[in-house]
Order: sequence, then structure tokens, then C-alpha cells
Amino acid sequence: MGGRRYIPIIVATLLIVAGQPVLWAIARPYYMTQITMSAYYALVVIGLCLLMGYAGQVSLGHAGFFAIGGYTSAVLTTCNLLARQNEVPITCFRSLGLLVERQDLYGQAMLCFSPWAAFVAALLLTAGIAFLIGLPVIRLKGHYLAMATLGFGLIIYRIVLGAPVFGQADGISNVPPFELFAGLEVNGRPPYRVQNYYIAWAAVLAAMLLAINLVHSRVGRALRSIHQNEEAAHSLGVNTFQYKLSTFVLSAVFAAVGGALLTHYNGSIGPSEVTVMKSVRYVSIVAVGGMANLWGALVMAIALNVLSLRGNFGTYDDAVFGMILIVIMLFAPQGLLRMPNLRWISTWFSRRSYG
Amino acid sequence: MNSAQIIQYCLSGITVGSIYAIVAIGFNIIYNTTGIINFAQGEFLIVGAMMAVSLTKVVPLPVAIGLAVVITTVLGGLVEVVFIRRVRDASVLRLIVITIGVSILIREAMLHIWDEKVRSLPYFTGTDVSTISVMGAHISPQVLWVLGVSAVIVTGLTLFFRFTLIGRAMRACADDRMAARLCGINDRWMVTLSFMLSAGIGAIAGCVISPVTQTQYDMGAPLAIKGFTVAILGGLGNSIAAIAAGLILGLLEVLMMSQFQAAYKEAVSIVVLLLILVFRPSGLFARRDLSSLRAF
Repeated sequence: MGGRRYIPIIVATLLIVAGQPVLWAIARPYYMTQITMSAYYALVVIGLCLLMGYAGQVSLGHAGFFAIGGYTSAVLTTCNLLARQNEVPITCFRSLGLLVERQDLYGQAMLCFSPWAAFVAALLLTAGIAFLIGLPVIRLKGHYLAMATLGFGLIIYRIVLGAPVFGQADGISNVPPFELFAGLEVNGRPPYRVQNYYIAWAAVLAAMLLAINLVHSRVGRALRSIHQNEEAAHSLGVNTFQYKLSTFVLSAVFAAVGGALLTHYNGSIGPSEVTVMKSVRYVSIVAVGGMANLWGALVMAIALNVLSLRGNFGTYDDAVFGMILIVIMLFAPQGLLRMPNLRWISTWFSRRSYG
Repeated sequence: MNSAQIIQYCLSGITVGSIYAIVAIGFNIIYNTTGIINFAQGEFLIVGAMMAVSLTKVVPLPVAIGLAVVITTVLGGLVEVVFIRRVRDASVLRLIVITIGVSILIREAMLHIWDEKVRSLPYFTGTDVSTISVMGAHISPQVLWVLGVSAVIVTGLTLFFRFTLIGRAMRACADDRMAARLCGINDRWMVTLSFMLSAGIGAIAGCVISPVTQTQYDMGAPLAIKGFTVAILGGLGNSIAAIAAGLILGLLEVLMMSQFQAAYKEAVSIVVLLLILVFRPSGLFARRDLSSLRAF
């Protein structure tokens, strides 16, 4: 089937590019801000979709990985190293070009890690933690896995709330914009709105491309065999543990990318990003998208997050996601798009993305 | 630390530990009959306490608690009939996700009914400043209530499961659902009953601790985590061991609190949970001589 799986990517790109003038035309350019934020949350969902839908492993701790990415970026780009600039590790970092000098809000000189260095550090740290946590945890099944990942998420939440370096209940603010390369920067201020709309979508499409290719590769087939019957897969020589672990790490890294970029975009991160409810929200989005359906998850991630960020659910925000979970699991465990009377949508997609 | 302080800490550890044990028993009752973990278990405690707080404005305290327990029991049954019963031969993942959804719905409903305020029931005997001294330590009479009620619940459940027809039928379902069905036991009703039972004892526990720990709409999830830790520590489904595990966790928490910041108290149970899941997922007491006690 070769290139057909890329057709949705092209369609999505066209829709994204068409979306921007449409939003201008209907005089709702500020919608782009919510869409951009939703796109970063969608990165978490894409990663979780690989883990839940394809490898069949549940995680109730992905907000933790999102937070590790976001908080690492935030801490490294806001800590002032000026007072210790003559100490050995700092001079080393400086000669490697990992540090930048800038001024804070009040014009004070600051010496911090550059956003690129912080970004790479955030991803490496997340991958490392995910590997160490995954090593024991991914051997667990069912309830045990759910509770262990939930416990991991809670520990991260407690650390964030308790440690002064993470700003405790206030979180970290004044995170500088992230200049990707000449002229392009992840920045939440209105003049950068259009450019960030495209940056966020570029990140999402890159993630989708990676995920789709992964799912269609040998790895993807191995993962699906694990999902269907782990013992059978194991007996056929699939190294189930290694596949599950690497998917876990990969999905954690996706979450960290989303967390780090969104932190630079918002200029801040707080403990509300790390709650269990956030993790549950990601799970419910994957579920409503249809578990093993990357495009469904993406569509739902954008739709539900935009509605939630625009405040359309009012005080029932969390309740809506709880309700979604129950209704989908009771009536449409295959996801919204695979319900009998909506099946045409999924066949349209599946002909292209599963070929 | 002098001996009075040690006794003080130990008593406080035993008090919280016995509450964790009751939450864990709630998990176990449902786990044994259905094989699922009910993530909404912690919410039952809070619903019970909140309901009792509201009812005390209308009726005297004992009646209010009684009514609250009955209402929560019915709620537990409803949860099963409405959400769990319709899902047949579902994957564990699906059932987990449903009970998580139920817990969110209950929590959000509580938020809209009772708002975010911290409430509490009045002390059952005395006031919040009255104390009893035990070997040099000063404890609130409510602590005795907690310990007494926990003991009554555990004894009552043991008798119920051992000597009544319904209790034995529930144990039969836990052992082998198909065989129980062939003996004419209505297994569906037993599952509903197990939800009602764990909601009911959850509500009682929620009411007794309310004067000491206060009650807020979102306190269910942390309680559920601790209860689950205890349930795993004792071995899932083993309620006698859960009591021992509850006391161990309670004492550990108090020990941590006496040595470190109170903020890290919450982390103890999660670290214990992760350690036990990694090293001994079948529980501390998973030996043959104790597996015979697994009956309820």
C-alpha cells in the first residue's frame, strides 16, 4: 500500500494551512492560541495512544512525564547561575555554549541554560526516568500497572508541590521563549500567534509521521501481537518486555516534548499540569479516539482540549471527561469513530492509515 | 523521644492504619467477587461523611450516620447495577477505566452538591479538646471510636462471611463463580451485594474519621491509594492480612512524620506501593498457611 498511509498527513496539512485564513476570516484569530496549546497536549495523547492502543499497556501517570519535561525546561531556563559563574561545571557549560546571558523582567542580568540545552536535557531526563520506572513497572499487568503508574504520577505531583526549586504551589513563571532557529520561536505573545500555530502543528505532524511509520514497521506488528496475546507473541520470539519498555520510554518522551514546548509557549508551568485528573484526561482522549487509532486520538485531542481550554465545559470540565470515559467504555469500547453509525468515517481513515 | 511520645505516635499510627485497613477490605470484597479493583472506593467514604454532615442539621447524630450509611450503600449498589453489570466479559482495562470514570463523576457531583468547603462531623463523645490519658499519652476519645468501630466492622464481616447464608454464598462466588451459579446462587445479586457492602463499610469508616481528619470532596483518591497499598501489601483479596498491613502502613507513616516534614507523609504509601508491586506483588504474607484465610 506504500504511500497511501501518508494521505491523511497530506489532508491534515491542507486542513491546518486552510484553518489559519479561515480563523482570520471569521475574526477568531485567538482560537489559534487554544489550538496551539491543544496541539502540544496532542503530543502526549499520540504517545499514550502508541502505549495503550498498540502495546496494550495502560498508564495513569503520563501527566508526570509531561511535567518532568516542562519543569526541567522551566528550571534550567530560569535559574540564575551568575553568582556561581566561576565554578568549574558552570565554566565548562559556558565554554560548550550551553548557557546564555539575558535579562529578567526587571532588567537584572541572568545567566541561564539556553532553551535548546534545557530541551535536550528535559528529554534525556524524561527518557532516563521513564526507563528506570519502566524497568520494574512494565512487567506488571492490569490493575497493578494502572496503580503503579498512578502512584508514579502522584509522587511527581508531591515532589512538585513540596520542593521549593519547583515553585511549590505557584509553579514556575517567566520562562523565556524558545528560539528554535533564526526568527522562529515558541512564544505565547499575540504577534507570534500564527508562527506558533505552525510550529505546534509541525511538531504534531512530525510525531504522527513517526508514530505511523512505527506502527507499520516490524515494531508495530510486534506491539500489536503483544496486545492481542502476549504469551503467543512471546513464544514466537518477540521480546515482549523490550518492546513494551521502549514504547513506554518513547511515549514518555512524546509527553515531555509536549510539556517542554507548552511551558515555553505559556511562559509558565504549575502543579495543575501534574494532577491525576490530567493523566486520566489523556487516557480518556485516547479511549474516545478508539485506542489503536492515532488519527482518532489526534482529532479528539484537538477537539476536546480546545473545548476545555475555551471553557465550554464550565465548572463541569472534569465531570465531562469522567462521563466520556464511562460512556465510551460502556457503549463504544472501540472508540467513537467505530460506532456502527459512524463507521464510514473510520473505514475512510483505516483504508488509508492501516493499509 | 520519651515513652509517652512513642505511645502517642503508635496510637495515632494504629488509628489511621485501621482506617486504611477498612478501605482495603472494601477493595478486597469487590475484588473477590468480581476480580476488579473499584477505583471509586475512596469516594464512598467521603460520600458517607458528607451525607452525615448534611443530615446532622436535621436529625440527631446517630440517626444521621445511620441514614448516611444506608444511602451510600444504595449508591454502591446503583454503581454496580448501572455501570458494572452491563459490561460482560470485558477486559480489565475497560473495567478499570469505568471505575475511574465513576469515581470522577461521584467526586464532581460532590463538588457541586457540597462545594469545596472542609466540613466535619461533631465529635461523637466530648469535644475536640477533650482527651483521655493512656500511659502518659493523651488521645482524643474519637480515636477510641475509630478503633472500636474498625474492630466491630472486622468482627462483623468475619461472622457475616462465615456464618450467614448470604455471606457464604458470596464466598462461594469468590471461589468459583460458575460452580456457585450451578448451586443456584444468584451470582449477579452477589456482585451487587459486594458493592453495597463495601460502600456501606466505607461510609461507616468515613463517618468515624470525619471529626479527626475533616472531610473535603476530593479526599477520596488519596484514601483509595492508601487503601490499595494496604490491600496489595496484605495480598489482594486477603482481608485478615490487610488489617496487619494497614497497621504497618499507619505506623510507617507516623514514623516518617515524626522524623521528616509532614508533606512527605503522602509519599510513604506510594513508595511502599511501588516497592511492593515490584518485589512482592502477591503481598507480604503470601504464604500457604495464610492463604487459607483468604476467604473474605
